[in-house]
Amino acid sequence: MYPRPGAGHVPVLRLGDILLVTLQGDLYDSTAQQLQQDLSETIVSAGVTGVVIDISGVEIVDSFLGRVLAEIAAQASLLAARTVVAGMRPAVAITLVELGLTLPGLRTALDTQAAMALLEQPVVLSHAGGTRRERA
Amino acid sequence: MSTASEIEACLPIRSDMDLVWVRQHVRQAAALLGFGLVDQTKLVTAASELARNTLVHGGGGQMDVAPVTAGFGRGLRLTFSDSGPGIADLDRALSDGYTSGDGLGMGLGGARRLVHEFEVESTEGAGTTVRVTSWVNRPPRVREEG
Repeated sequence: MYPRPGAGHVPVLRLGDILLVTLQGDLYDSTAQQLQQDLSETIVSAGVTGVVIDISGVEIVDSFLGRVLAEIAAQASLLAARTVVAGMRPAVAITLVELGLTLPGLRTALDTQAAMALLEQPVVLSHAGGTRRERA
Repeated sequence: MSTASEIEACLPIRSDMDLVWVRQHVRQAAALLGFGLVDQTKLVTAASELARNTLVHGGGGQMDVAPVTAGFGRGLRLTFSDSGPGIADLDRALSDGYTSGDGLGMGLGGARRLVHEFEVESTEGAGTTVRVTSWVNRPPRVREEG
């Protein structure tokens, strides 16, 4: 009746200093959780400084997947890597706001190319107390 | 054109695999009824939140799907029921930020904002039933602020 939902595999590609994660279709909760765990280990073992999560193939983001994305970004940040979520569909953005989930800590880009470009820019520290480097 | 037999269904909610089926069935049913893409996405997202509540807080249950018609057109009604512990304080459960599980506290209140009609009945110790209805091409309901 329906195509079988994608079981436990999410492709993770390494491109230089960046991991490219492509989420596609309808994920099991367990798949998303597994990805969250695996990514932390991959960030450290591969020594990458950036993670791009392409969600252009994802039809819905509910509060569970939203939380997983936010937590991946937070974990990556503790491991000295920056995360950009790329390619969110407009209907998904509208729905997330209505749901009350604006994910303020999550950096986004319209597509993977823009996400990669964003990660190539130097880090601007903006935390109080840190050394601030002004943007040129 | 859609037929009721393609849309009407009773789906079990026992595992995270069932959540995927719930989302796919609701998506398919909403598309058959003529819901636009944004409205489909809202309804599927609401269904996902509610089905997860049924699974996580209700210990599993089911979703009944039925097409509905009224003076202003066609719609889809989803009923989530479980025989879990029930919700002691419904007002609190519906408020934003409230969570008893490991979510972001957007489950019930968030799902309510994504649909046109929302009813919840819960008896402590006997279970919870949440019934939501959305209508094709109907503007979102006026939201009570605050």
